[in-house]
Amino acid sequence: MNPRPSNTLRATLLQASAAAALSLGLLGAAQAQDALKIGFIGTLSGPGGALGQDQYDAFMLAIEQRGGKLGDVPVTVIKEDDQLKPDVGVQAATKLLQSDKVDIITGVTFSNVMMAIHKPITDAEVFFIGSNAGPAPIAGKQCSRFYFSTSWDNDMLHEAGGQLTNDLGYKNVYVMAANYQAGRDAVSGFKRNFKGNVIDEVYTQVNQPDYSAEIAQLQAASPDAVYVFYPGGMGINFIKQYRQAGLLGQIPILSAATLDGTTLPALKNLAVGAITSAPYAPNIDNPQNKAFVEAFEKAYKRPPSMYAAQSYDAASLLDSALRKVKGDLSNKQAFIEALREADFQSVRGPFKFDSNHFPDAAFYRVDVVEENGEAVLRASTPVNIATRANFHELCEMK
Amino acid sequence: MSFNLFVIQALNGLQLGVLLFLMAAGLTLVFGIMNFVNLAHGSMYMMGAFIAAALYNYTGSFWLAAVLLAPIMMALGMVLDRIALSRLYDRDHLDQVLATFGLILFFNELARMLWGPSPVYMEVPEALGGAVQFFGIRYPAYRLLVLAAGLLVALGCYLLVHHTRLGMLLRAGATHRDMVGALGVNIRLLNALLFGLGAVLAGVAGLLAGPVMSVQVGMGEPILILTMVVIVIGGIGSIRGAFYASLIVGVVDTLGRTLLPALLRGLMERSSADIAGPAIASMMIYILMAVVLALRPQGLFPVQRG
Repeated sequence: MNPRPSNTLRATLLQASAAAALSLGLLGAAQAQDALKIGFIGTLSGPGGALGQDQYDAFMLAIEQRGGKLGDVPVTVIKEDDQLKPDVGVQAATKLLQSDKVDIITGVTFSNVMMAIHKPITDAEVFFIGSNAGPAPIAGKQCSRFYFSTSWDNDMLHEAGGQLTNDLGYKNVYVMAANYQAGRDAVSGFKRNFKGNVIDEVYTQVNQPDYSAEIAQLQAASPDAVYVFYPGGMGINFIKQYRQAGLLGQIPILSAATLDGTTLPALKNLAVGAITSAPYAPNIDNPQNKAFVEAFEKAYKRPPSMYAAQSYDAASLLDSALRKVKGDLSNKQAFIEALREADFQSVRGPFKFDSNHFPDAAFYRVDVVEENGEAVLRASTPVNIATRANFHELCEMK
Repeated sequence: MSFNLFVIQALNGLQLGVLLFLMAAGLTLVFGIMNFVNLAHGSMYMMGAFIAAALYNYTGSFWLAAVLLAPIMMALGMVLDRIALSRLYDRDHLDQVLATFGLILFFNELARMLWGPSPVYMEVPEALGGAVQFFGIRYPAYRLLVLAAGLLVALGCYLLVHHTRLGMLLRAGATHRDMVGALGVNIRLLNALLFGLGAVLAGVAGLLAGPVMSVQVGMGEPILILTMVVIVIGGIGSIRGAFYASLIVGVVDTLGRTLLPALLRGLMERSSADIAGPAIASMMIYILMAVVLALRPQGLFPVQRG
């Protein structure tokens, strides 16, 4: 990257073109020579599409708020949809690396896609800021100095869930998850802090539409509580069917990444009473979050989800680090150092990086409650996770 | 597994089956009678669910939404046939697959533009919100409605195809298309009606699925794949085949999902059973399809051609 042009007219033109490209949505078409290229990969279609859309919308919101720039550098964002398919994700990553020659890649919604594209991207020494999926291996043995996460590792999400279940005093719990990497991580993470008895663990097909059979089995097992991990549309299907079986309110349901800002609008009051552990809820009380929620709701007419919040944090993180290096990415180690400082105000509250570049940030008990006739997510007490997987001990930064 | 649980699971299987039948009936008629591969059938299901959700949320009545949905879907199917599909009748299957795949992308994007990327809210009608008790079994009332509605539609289809003039023409068109045309029957209108009917059936499936499942962009594709499996097993073009195959697929899928993991746990270690169980269970219907294709390529209940 060249130093900033001294010619102010040229700089203005660049900014104007970047801003115009943003407002027109013609992101790929912006040809501003000095604009930093950021590739966004996310699941934008199919049953998980709302998650990736939230990540993308929040990321673009952060750029828009800074006039088309991050860290005073004009940026263009090239959007790719992985369709929740690892092979499509690899194609998208290859395209971004080889033909678009992006400087930074961000996003990534699901763990199976992350597992497929993490190595090609970090091997190419392209900076990679994941804002959702956090499969355990990349937080541990396969960690890379080029990879940063603004979300969590999958285990942490469910360590918080297990801790919360424990704190609430449930002894016999029935555990269900989708049958893929993150689902497996979910159950192992859950069991780390849960001291009671897991009656049964059930894995269902990814994107399974109908859970009536599993719900009947669950009912027959009569547990104290149910813990589920069903992100996106799977969660909506499950909660609807759980309620129709007459179980919501009878057998308490706890979850992680199942009831969130993307699924609640489709469930509304059907989900009232469900408990979840989450890194974020729109009512988290800090000034940057208030501003974020207000701007997001104004721009997109819906409350932000945790996916949006994490992606917004990714943009804020990039903003802070790019400012520190004055937009110069030629010294890669310097930019990594700048990212590692995490010198930004996270909407999740206090935020710093562990040695594996995964965040050390709070998790909350989040309830679905009815407020003025509307179902909303309300964070209350932070969850104090007793035992962490400590993946960073396995991680040797190279 | 106790007897009660088995009954519940069998009901669950049947109910998935009738939902599949609503989809398969339209698809198999179009495929069998017009020799047309319509991948956009899943999109009709999605549009049905979205339109039903919009009507339901607007009018506040599930039943009114159901009544209004039918003519809308009929019109959608006929317009789609006139604008796009009728141009593809004489092309080969690959062209039809490509074009209707394009329609899937079109409808997904249309739904995204109209209703946004997030799933849409749709609730069970209030009267059917709870569970009913019978013979010591608790079963969601709404699912019984789905079961009943599906069986009624199946009966309606049977009567339509075998006991009406329209059905007679459809059956005639399936076997002697040119002859029917030569006798002065408006084949174009017949075709458009057929697409309209298929769209209505798919839309009704979407309406029934909406309160149980997530109404969202792309919801049509997974069910389309299952539907394809159903019509291959049942025999392409056969309504009777679609009916039996739907029930077989629904029951095999449901019982496979519940019985197989338990069965495998008896045979192998817990951890490997947990991995193998769901994997094999999700393959069951495809294995079934492969077996049927190997032994009876024409399907289990093919159309009897005179």
